[in-house]
Amino acid sequence: MSKVLMKGNEAIAEAAIQAGCRYFFGYPITPQNEIPAYMAKRLPQAGGTFLQAESEVAAINMVYGAAGAGARVMTSSSSPGISLKQEGISYIAGAELPCLIVNIVRGGPGLGGIQPAQSDYFQSVKGGGHGDYHLVVLAPSTIQEMVDLVQEGFDIADQYRNPVMILGDGMLGQMMEPVEFEERKSRRLPPKDWATTGWKGDRPRAVINSLFINPQVLENHVNKIYRKYQEIKANETMAECCNCEDAEIIVSAYGTTARIVKSAMEMAARKGIKVGLIRPITLWPFPTETFQEWAQRDHVKAFLTVEMSMGQMVEDVTLSIGGKKPSHFYGRTGGMVPNPADILAEIEKVRGGNA
Amino acid sequence: MAKVFERPKSLIDIPMHYCPGCTHGIVHRLVAEAMDELNIREKTIGVAPVGCAVFAYDYFNCDMQEAAHGRAPAVAAGIKRVHPDNVVFTYQGDGDLASIGAAEIVHAANRGEKITTVFINNAIYGMTGGQMAPTTLLDQVTATSPYGRKPETEGYPIRVSEMLATLEGAAYIERVSVHDIKHIVRAKKAIRKAFEYQLEGRGFTLVEVLSTCPTNWGMTPAESLKWLQDNMIPYYPLGVKKEAK
Repeated sequence: MSKVLMKGNEAIAEAAIQAGCRYFFGYPITPQNEIPAYMAKRLPQAGGTFLQAESEVAAINMVYGAAGAGARVMTSSSSPGISLKQEGISYIAGAELPCLIVNIVRGGPGLGGIQPAQSDYFQSVKGGGHGDYHLVVLAPSTIQEMVDLVQEGFDIADQYRNPVMILGDGMLGQMMEPVEFEERKSRRLPPKDWATTGWKGDRPRAVINSLFINPQVLENHVNKIYRKYQEIKANETMAECCNCEDAEIIVSAYGTTARIVKSAMEMAARKGIKVGLIRPITLWPFPTETFQEWAQRDHVKAFLTVEMSMGQMVEDVTLSIGGKKPSHFYGRTGGMVPNPADILAEIEKVRGGNA
Repeated sequence: MAKVFERPKSLIDIPMHYCPGCTHGIVHRLVAEAMDELNIREKTIGVAPVGCAVFAYDYFNCDMQEAAHGRAPAVAAGIKRVHPDNVVFTYQGDGDLASIGAAEIVHAANRGEKITTVFINNAIYGMTGGQMAPTTLLDQVTATSPYGRKPETEGYPIRVSEMLATLEGAAYIERVSVHDIKHIVRAKKAIRKAFEYQLEGRGFTLVEVLSTCPTNWGMTPAESLKWLQDNMIPYYPLGVKKEAK
């Protein structure tokens, strides 16, 4: 199939439809509005249902109902809206329902701004809602990768009965790039024999629920979910390593920021500075082992994490490298996007300090 | 000898957790009888609330989902959009539906979601220990209105059925009571009719059931039934509030 030029948000929506998603529940918020608009137009043509909910709170609970009924379903929003969805996301994780949640992140806290940011990292990977749970968090850095991860995300959700989040940002949502929609093979997925479809007695009665009033039963349930997380860690962790083999400095960044880092790396190479990049593609599970591996190498003198936040992922990088090498941070926030020259200056500063 | 009275097939044979004299048990039974009579048990998906009826998924003998507090109509909408040929109902109390879930019920009704809501109005929060509900009557004493509900500080009891009846998407709305046999029979008819309307695809249906909470009202079951009749019915008049032709 040939490439088409598409806006990131529209590409997510089209990829979801091609991945078999037929239900979308959402609420307007900038900068993700192209996703619901695309769904509103295309889903009815594809035999699906688009519904604009009365709030983000209602939208995520519609996702709960539809996922519990066995559908491949998604929602999308941006930071303040995702905050409102956290209650429902916790229930979805507790009831072990598969769905895709897209967060096209904007600056915060509060109403914040509408420009791209990465300040929802903690909320996405450390829980966000109440209770012991994790989302699988996927962080694409190109629109093509976003398209590919949508299909992957639905499959991961169905395979493990767990909500999956695509963590984008306003830049990825709004920019246009050529993308190819390849015919992708879906994974072999377990049947949704737990879904509420009407009970004729041919299977156990389906009850979608996250309430376990007996503490021992609740602990058992959470332990079961955490065994599943171990499996996800073992099978699904993804990271891209770039020029790490002889790097003095390894920069770590995800999403949009990783692209800007790549430009800074080219500038550094022209100056004879050897810089590598570790780009986590799954933010949860975090590619801890990849960092551990490179932290042990003698040629690596220091790590520098670059984010569009005040420093969130850097905590996981620091934990992963476990004091073996210095861990530095550079970030812009509030919708300000770092430029390659600034990142290069930080690289040189880190290198000077370690020389 | 022929059996003339037995447990509805749509109700699971286990002890309920409800307090003595609570009318939830009666309403559960009415819903189950209506499901049996319409032969819809195998295609019904129920949604339980947060509140006293939170364990309803253990009692109704059909597929069930347990929703977050107040969100049952949104969950039900999600289910119904996926399975339009199934029967979907929510069972919600007054705190769940009229307070924290006010937005969800209004918009589900307004969209004409083809679901049925059984709304238990007992003018108080039961599960959490007798706090003031949006439906608590004026001067009624609760844990959080210890001097009685005052309109100048707590506002007025909400007449949910009348409010929802103003919405175009609502197809059938009736308020009933379960304080005596005659009214229980009437309540059953209303619940059955709501399911029938749903089966006919007419739109949103809701039956508000005036109910008692002897434990948190601090009354005997018999006193509670009389209190309902004397105090709730004058403020919450019974009858059909909306019936789409």
